[in-house]
Amino acid sequence: MGGLPGMPWDVPWPFDRTYMQLALLAAIVVGATAPLIGVFIVQKGMSLVGDGLGHVAVAGIGAALLFGTSPTWTAMAFAIVAALVIEWLRARGSATGDLALALVFYGGIAAGVVLASRSGTNTNLQPYLFGSILTATADDVWTVLALGTVIVVTIAFIGRALLAVVLDEDAARVSGIPAGALNTVLAVLTAVTVVAAMRIVGVLLVAALMVLPVATSRLLARSFRGTLFGAVAVGVVSAVLGLVAARQWALAAGGAIVLVAAALFAIAAVASGVRRAGAHAGSLLSGPH
Amino acid sequence: MLNNGNGGAVLEARGVSFRYGHDLVLDDVSFSVGRGEFAALSGPNGSGKSTLLRVLLGLLAPDDGRVELFGVAPSKLRERWRVGYVPQRLRIAPDLPATVEEVVTSGRLAKQGWWRRSRAVDRAAVDHAIDSVQLTDLRRHKLTELSGGQQQRTLIAKALASEPELLVLDEPIAGVDVDAQRLFRDSLVHLRNEHGAAVLLVSHELGAVADDLDHMIVLKRRVLFDGSPAELAATGVSLGVHHDDLPLWLEELR
Repeated sequence: MGGLPGMPWDVPWPFDRTYMQLALLAAIVVGATAPLIGVFIVQKGMSLVGDGLGHVAVAGIGAALLFGTSPTWTAMAFAIVAALVIEWLRARGSATGDLALALVFYGGIAAGVVLASRSGTNTNLQPYLFGSILTATADDVWTVLALGTVIVVTIAFIGRALLAVVLDEDAARVSGIPAGALNTVLAVLTAVTVVAAMRIVGVLLVAALMVLPVATSRLLARSFRGTLFGAVAVGVVSAVLGLVAARQWALAAGGAIVLVAAALFAIAAVASGVRRAGAHAGSLLSGPH
Repeated sequence: MLNNGNGGAVLEARGVSFRYGHDLVLDDVSFSVGRGEFAALSGPNGSGKSTLLRVLLGLLAPDDGRVELFGVAPSKLRERWRVGYVPQRLRIAPDLPATVEEVVTSGRLAKQGWWRRSRAVDRAAVDHAIDSVQLTDLRRHKLTELSGGQQQRTLIAKALASEPELLVLDEPIAGVDVDAQRLFRDSLVHLRNEHGAAVLLVSHELGAVADDLDHMIVLKRRVLFDGSPAELAATGVSLGVHHDDLPLWLEELR
């Protein structure tokens, strides 16, 4: 048995070990924050931007391995610069969204592999590509907690204005909302989320945690607010259940978390279809109005 | 009611020209909209209406000339809530999960400050805006579940929520059925009569509001007509007669 220092009670299985408690904390934070950002980027039609930034983060990891700098903060710097470039291209309308993303995708992953190979430690990319939540240290988890707090506080402050921007960017500008600045903040927060989730689900799966809970919640929610809170709930449940499954069956935690999120989407899609069919049958039975 | 001077103008364009590359889209366009005036800017497709609208709102800078909103350049206007903007319905994301109330509430941010939480006065303004377009029963419905006319009225309520002194609407009647057009017209008349706001309708479909207009501007790259509907009638063309074929008539203008 083991637990976090200062924990006054025994934590039951499967979180009875320190590494599982650290993993649980990190998973809850990432499970909540990735969909929180995802709600806005999905609405902007940029669902795959997290994937593109994840690829660039790989270049940051490669550079960190080569130059001996901090992988987290180097990946953060690379991802933020890429996020700003993508947002600049999007705002100028000078490149279609998918072309801009493709440039960033392949340039980033290629640079990451090349830089890592130069460092002679190619295999060290593995935990960042696919996540390694069960080996996260207390320092890793504190970093995730700090980044998660920044994301939640910022969204609490700008969320209403961001909704106005994703509703209609021109109308938001006319009404004096600083749409350009808010889009830039969202781009930076997306990069921060990718890096926060890097050790949990890995950069190749982070976009799934930003998008799948949002897709699930949109099927069931009756409002934007409901979609936002629903997506956070689905993200947290996916992260916790995925972690439990990883412990129980010795699975890769990142993949297990994303598979749970995908399964929840499938269940919601069926439930939504049944609800719609029921409503349709109800309207037929009640006759014309 | 017509006001072509700048004394009571809420919106004024003077000698505005705009080019896309080498194409001259707007050529020396001048007109103004006075306080409490119900004006329409019309013209055939490709006449430069949409470009002029973006210039008037400060979304595009003119190559020549100037625009003033409430006596200052659009970029210098600090009280942005004084201008309400209703975009074309089709530009709104078709899969947006937001309710009528959430959409209208986002329109209040211009007045309350985008960083501030809603206070009682803000919630009351949102309630009034929803009520004035007769959508109170549907306020918790998702925008995507509404008919075209109901979506259009939601966007009008969103613009009304900041209690604007000038409401600018971009092609608001396109694709909306006759009953919805009547409700739409009632909403605009309510805004002018109850709140004294000016309205600038940018459209080539004016049937629903033709009898309520104070001021008519016809654009085809330059201003072809700027005056009252009665003056337009004196030229041999009446909006009443051209309810249905106004777009065709506008195409023939030189």
